[in-house]
Amino acid sequence: MTTLTLAKALNEGLRRSMEDDPKVLVMGEDVGKLGGVFRVTDGLQKDFGEDRVIDTPLAESGIIGTAIGLALRGYRPVCEIQFDGFVFPAADQIITQLAKMPLRSLGTLKLPVVVRIPCGGGIGAVEHHSESPEAYFTHTAGLRVVACSNPADAYTMIQDAVRCDDPIIFFEPKRRYWDKADVDLAAPGLPLDRARTVRQGRDVTLVAYGPMVKTCLEAAAAAEEDGRDIEVIDLRSLNPLDVDVLTESVTRTGRCVVVHEAPVFTGFGAEIAARVTERCFYSLEAPVLRVGGFSTPYPPSRLEDHYLPDLDRVLDAVDRSFAY
Amino acid sequence: MTADAPRGVDAPVDAPPELVQLLTPEGERVEHPDYDIELTAEEVRSLYRDLVLVRRVDLEAVALQRQGELGIWASLLGQEAAQIGSGRALTDADMVFPTYREHGVAWCRDVDPVKLLGLFRGVSNGGWDPAEHNFHLYTIVIGSQTLHAVGYAMGIQRDGAEAATIVYFGDGATSQGDVNESFIWASVFNAPIVFFCQNNQWAISEPLEKQSKIPLYKRASGFGFPGIRVDGNDVFACLAVTRRALQNAREGQGPTLIEAFTYRMGAHTTSDDPTRYRLADELEAWKLKDPIERVKAYLFKNQLADQEFFEKIDAEADALGKDVRSRCLALPDPPPGAIFDHVYAGDHPLLDEEREQYLTYLAGFER
Repeated sequence: MTTLTLAKALNEGLRRSMEDDPKVLVMGEDVGKLGGVFRVTDGLQKDFGEDRVIDTPLAESGIIGTAIGLALRGYRPVCEIQFDGFVFPAADQIITQLAKMPLRSLGTLKLPVVVRIPCGGGIGAVEHHSESPEAYFTHTAGLRVVACSNPADAYTMIQDAVRCDDPIIFFEPKRRYWDKADVDLAAPGLPLDRARTVRQGRDVTLVAYGPMVKTCLEAAAAAEEDGRDIEVIDLRSLNPLDVDVLTESVTRTGRCVVVHEAPVFTGFGAEIAARVTERCFYSLEAPVLRVGGFSTPYPPSRLEDHYLPDLDRVLDAVDRSFAY
Repeated sequence: MTADAPRGVDAPVDAPPELVQLLTPEGERVEHPDYDIELTAEEVRSLYRDLVLVRRVDLEAVALQRQGELGIWASLLGQEAAQIGSGRALTDADMVFPTYREHGVAWCRDVDPVKLLGLFRGVSNGGWDPAEHNFHLYTIVIGSQTLHAVGYAMGIQRDGAEAATIVYFGDGATSQGDVNESFIWASVFNAPIVFFCQNNQWAISEPLEKQSKIPLYKRASGFGFPGIRVDGNDVFACLAVTRRALQNAREGQGPTLIEAFTYRMGAHTTSDDPTRYRLADELEAWKLKDPIERVKAYLFKNQLADQEFFEKIDAEADALGKDVRSRCLALPDPPPGAIFDHVYAGDHPLLDEEREQYLTYLAGFER
């Protein structure tokens, strides 16, 4: 076991991927000498050279567009989008080109491109640095969308993502970059498309991913003092979605609350609510409830604590579920 | 080419730009100090054959659309020389990134024309294996493929391969951010790529003046690489200039922008009506610069081909048109389950579930 921050676990995972496969490239703004603004790619250019760790011009569409071309030539690019709010100049290349090209080629082309996006708020940043754009990408067929929540998963998930032959949007919870945990560098992780039950409980199922997993675990620990036994599921993969784990859990608990930072309205929680309701209708004691950001742009950082779901808002939703 | 000397804000507008031309519209060979080309009679006859055959395929496709057999077609009429000249400059190892109008380049890469028609008939969103022909899929969104091409060229660089990439786009595309980003990328990474811009003067209804205040080839100097304008209706000049630019790219001299100055003789697509925005006089003037007639005149005047040759090519074109038509009509509709195929390379349980549910639903009608 090695104690690593989430950022360092990603770094170790990327390093392992680059050692295993000479076709793996890292590219993005400031990923080389600087090691990325969050230091996720720290030291990689020094060890693998400028041809494999590419400091790109400052243009997000260019990063994804050229990564597509490199993938067509047989490379496996791992692109860094510096912040969530900067992905939109690249949205056309991701949605229109990256996601659809394998289908257009009737399977003859594979596009193993990983798009890493630090996501979410809670770090006191200025505008466009705290967003949660996952639903834009889960809505796009052809993309896989995953979100890591802890160092051990970060280490294996990034390697699995690089090995995957499909394009992947890889969300990293930026406020958890500095969280530390023990990581077994030799152990294989759970398959990339599987959800994990991170806390078992009998009374209600909390469903989360990325930064909100920790919040939900804290909420579950606090609720234990009140005699509530909360189960917490870390989805890990948003597309595809591991519906079976959700179904099994909610059939047992009869209650489900989905938690994410993104706005609730047409957010990813809506999909969870619909799927769980279809699958578990006769087991439900209450409607599936959602806790998330408001239907507003992300607020100035002095207000973000009101916008972001915290332990109390999660438990308030649990109370409302029990009130039915 | 070198960058223009600095000019004051009040400096006069440039004189009309130079155009590399090796064959006049009248079929006269002219010399150019930098770009000359030696072609055997057989090579010229072969270029003529290419030009005639791709025009015939194009004509057949327009007819098929008019008869309801294709949803839409983007005609290459008038741009045959730009496409055949540049297409025949490629080696097998070079990689092509086309728009949706590069039927002539596809011909040079041995892509079956019926596969092109399949895209416009709606039986596929692609239709051919890009790796088999080193000819990427048609790209519909304007300019997106320029970045793919630069990325591919960066891959060639990393492989240390003796190859170049060529990317096609139009005058309208030069306004796209992706095209400008691709110029920057190609320049700073010194990528082995040729940017081949067919300036056909019209982006659907918008004339070039809506896209640029300067000749397009001059954009290159601002990005730090050479740009050149070639007579896009002159197959010799397009071949010579592209061949040189590709060789420069393969030798590590970086990108070149070629502006092939041509004209879209037809509509933007079969859904378009050019009479709403351009004058017939303009079309008549460009008819005199036809890319095929000048090669025919050259062959005839120099006694490099006789009447029998031209009749033989015409007969071959008619046979090709007939063959393309019959095979297009025979293209089967894909089965409904194909909607779910190839969306992902790996397993995806949701698609499996939706496929099964929908096919079960369809089967319910057959009971």
